[in-house]
Amino acid sequence: MTPTPAGRRPARPPLSLRNAWNNVHTRAWIYQLLVVAGLLGLGAYLIGNAQHALSKQGISTGFSFLGARAGFEIGEKSIAFSSTDSFLRAYGVAILNTLKVSAASILLATVVGVAVGLGRLSANPLVRKLASIYVEVFRNTPQLIQLVFWYTLIANLPRPREAFSLGGMAFLSNRGLTLPWPGDMPVLRGFNFQGGVTLSPEFVALLLGLSLYIAAFIAEIVRSGVQSVGRGQVEAAQAVGLGRADIYRRIVFPQALRVMVPPAAGQYVSIIKNSSLGVAIGYPELFNVNNTIVTLSGHTVEAIAIMMSIYLAISFAIAALMNLYNRCVQIRER
Amino acid sequence: METAMQNANPEPIVVLDQVNKWYGDFHVLRDVSLSVGRGEKIVVCGPSGSGKSTSIRCINRLEEHQEGRIVVDGTEVDADVRRIEAVRRKVGMVFQNFNLFPHLTVLDNLTLGPVRAQGVRRDEAQARAIELLKRVRIPEQALKFPGQLSGGQQQRVAIARALMLQPQVMLFDEPTSALDPEMIHEVLDVMTELAQAGMTMICVTHEMSFARKVADLVVFMDAGEIVEAAPPEEFFSAPKSERTRLFLSQVLH
Amino acid sequence: MGRRTLVSRAVVPAPGQRRAPPAQAGGLLPWLRRNFFRSPLNALATLLSLAAIAAALPRLARWAVTDAVWSSPDAEACKQAAGACWAVVPEKYRVMLFGTFPYDEQWRGMLAVAVILGLALYCALARPSARAVAASWLAAMAAVFVLMLGGVLGLEPVGTHAWGGLPLTLIMFVGTVAGGVPLGVVLALGRRSSMPAIRAVCVGFIEVVRGLPLVTVLFMASLMLPLFMPEGMSIDKFLRAQIAMTLFFAAYAAEVVRGGLQAIGKGQYEAADTVGLSYRQKMACVILPQVGRIVLPSMMNEIIRAFKNTTFIGIIGMFDVLRATSTAIQDPVWVRYSIEAYLFIALLYFVMCYGMSRHSARIEDELTVRR
Repeated sequence: MTPTPAGRRPARPPLSLRNAWNNVHTRAWIYQLLVVAGLLGLGAYLIGNAQHALSKQGISTGFSFLGARAGFEIGEKSIAFSSTDSFLRAYGVAILNTLKVSAASILLATVVGVAVGLGRLSANPLVRKLASIYVEVFRNTPQLIQLVFWYTLIANLPRPREAFSLGGMAFLSNRGLTLPWPGDMPVLRGFNFQGGVTLSPEFVALLLGLSLYIAAFIAEIVRSGVQSVGRGQVEAAQAVGLGRADIYRRIVFPQALRVMVPPAAGQYVSIIKNSSLGVAIGYPELFNVNNTIVTLSGHTVEAIAIMMSIYLAISFAIAALMNLYNRCVQIRER
Repeated sequence: METAMQNANPEPIVVLDQVNKWYGDFHVLRDVSLSVGRGEKIVVCGPSGSGKSTSIRCINRLEEHQEGRIVVDGTEVDADVRRIEAVRRKVGMVFQNFNLFPHLTVLDNLTLGPVRAQGVRRDEAQARAIELLKRVRIPEQALKFPGQLSGGQQQRVAIARALMLQPQVMLFDEPTSALDPEMIHEVLDVMTELAQAGMTMICVTHEMSFARKVADLVVFMDAGEIVEAAPPEEFFSAPKSERTRLFLSQVLH
Repeated sequence: MGRRTLVSRAVVPAPGQRRAPPAQAGGLLPWLRRNFFRSPLNALATLLSLAAIAAALPRLARWAVTDAVWSSPDAEACKQAAGACWAVVPEKYRVMLFGTFPYDEQWRGMLAVAVILGLALYCALARPSARAVAASWLAAMAAVFVLMLGGVLGLEPVGTHAWGGLPLTLIMFVGTVAGGVPLGVVLALGRRSSMPAIRAVCVGFIEVVRGLPLVTVLFMASLMLPLFMPEGMSIDKFLRAQIAMTLFFAAYAAEVVRGGLQAIGKGQYEAADTVGLSYRQKMACVILPQVGRIVLPSMMNEIIRAFKNTTFIGIIGMFDVLRATSTAIQDPVWVRYSIEAYLFIALLYFVMCYGMSRHSARIEDELTVRR
């Protein structure tokens, strides 16, 4: 290449593949084109295979099956459902069940997690040790084993006739946890309890299996959140004369909260996703019911797509809420 | 391939011709035109945000310019990957924050580029590295990690690392701004010695004593454009523009 | 102006040796008071904790140890005893730990487990170089596959459908991490790419996979992968599960690596550029080594989580340790002692997970000191 003295515009480089490849911008386009084309090609090939396989089995595709008769019962439900209702209604029941157990678990996990987390920060070595033992035990055992353990424990509880009584108002038996409801006290009639509200063994086991495991992680989140507030903050607050309670409430906690909320939200999403483990103990949440729908309707691909979309919608909704929260609590900086 | 330039060549080695750059709508460099002769030293000064760092970072394509031409030793700086690589071989850069590789020893920091990118043999590269470390007066630190050195020592290692490429031009982007005051002079001494040995240098700096002693041309930039350029005697004693005078009064009291 | 007479003065001490500190108020009582009874709230917490322990511990100890039965081939002794029936473990451990693997060939499974655990311990304690680690794991897994699949060297062939228990769990785990970490690095780099199409693909994959429960990903792989294969070609169930676990892990690993990439200042990338390194050299020699150091603790967390997640493959019908155990205790003689069996495998997992987390903590300490 001959040197170009300053002041004269050089001629444009000749159009060629080699020059295009060496240009930073066009090289980027070439990479992207290759990747997109490759993925589209792969996608088309896979979908072609699938369509061929499905048509061979005589299965039609489409979402019209949602209106068809379900043909199965669901053990636990918040809204009325029978086998003559549609698949669509079955999905509704399943989603409600998922949300019900998730909400309860999120609550329990938060309460237990915050308590254990503060215990880890206690000045008392005995309390600290007990909290540490909780965290290590529940964190280092697989959640599924915990879930199956709780379910087996409840299944081995005595019959309602010999149930554990909690103050004569609530009862724990192998039929579940029976609680009083305002104006409706549970009474033992024959072999079972009448009245009150009974949480099934599946629900209770899933509740315990989800919350106690995640509580260990929330405890750690609380601990590191509080510890992240620098000592300087506490010292400055003390120097200004704030009492211990005020220091925690007004200085430490608000700042710790900012650090804690994102990972805690991640754990909550984890609870919602892991409610799918209910399939292992027969709780009729979304994944479990979806399996039945796949088997009975034969529309594997559509059903799985529906289930995926629902989980993704829930995850993305929580992520969006989180971003909103983050933006609201941003510390204004220059 | 590029024809090698002859010695004692009156042609400038670095040319910026009507260079313009925008960040979105913000016009960050306006019609910057500058020529640098071989062996000459340019000091670029100005308030923060004046575009001085951006200008020199355009020379080795760490930033892209949208209009105008930049030519280094006959090679145009544009989007062509081969030309960018060629320019980067000719131009050494020293950063304000040193940017040494913290996980490698000082010796490895120096030899990584030549050994991996230029295929130089390891023992040859190490010998050259020790020579350069002697030149910047810290040969005993060769096997230490950057984290174990002081700021001044780290910056001298960074200068040695840039010199390993045997560049034709050295760019300095505020090399002493991140240093504690007592370490500034050791780095400036090395830079002065480099200048006296004949290296072509473009320095962005606030160290006016260095400019007075070493620079052939002092360039003052403000708000993205060159406001004034003159040899140091003229620049410091009789600045022509009001903006230059204001800047000097703030920096030189 | 006259000089003021200063009131402040300082006294220079007489020259002499540095002395030892005064003896602290020692003794048990002051120590107890300081730590456990410093304030009324503190004292209450201590008393409540002691009360809880006093209530629970003796009963637990009686059930688990004093009244427990340790061996009883026909469960007769267990029926009489009030304590735990640990006898279920010696009776059923073959099925719990090896699943459906043919009884006579289970020594191969045991050897495979020994190879994997042995190499893991060696790498943790002896800390060999990265190259040695990679090479040794490659060799070890090749040996493990030969042991488990058989068909050569005079070993009976055993299909992957018959794999189960601890060997299956460990092989699945090693495969997940070995495949998932490199894939995660690629995804993280892609996510930070300046090319929008590549960035979109990587972000899309990561966010979708992270938004789904692992059981659904396993389920999808198990049911749908065969649909996408051309006619006549089938995929091994083990392979389907392995692919699902690896892709799932890679999405989480990618986010961990991304955090590390973000933590490294732009200056490092620029310095590597000015020294003449190509993209690949820049990543391999400058950026990724630094990222590795930064993200090691978080990556270890993900790895431990991947180990716990291997229990999920039971849900798609593979006989990992948990499912093998559930199946084993369906035996009507032992079914009422399920709790003891689950506690046993819980202990097994606990030992391995706790070991990994302690190792990770130790590495983290070393890394912070070295810098």
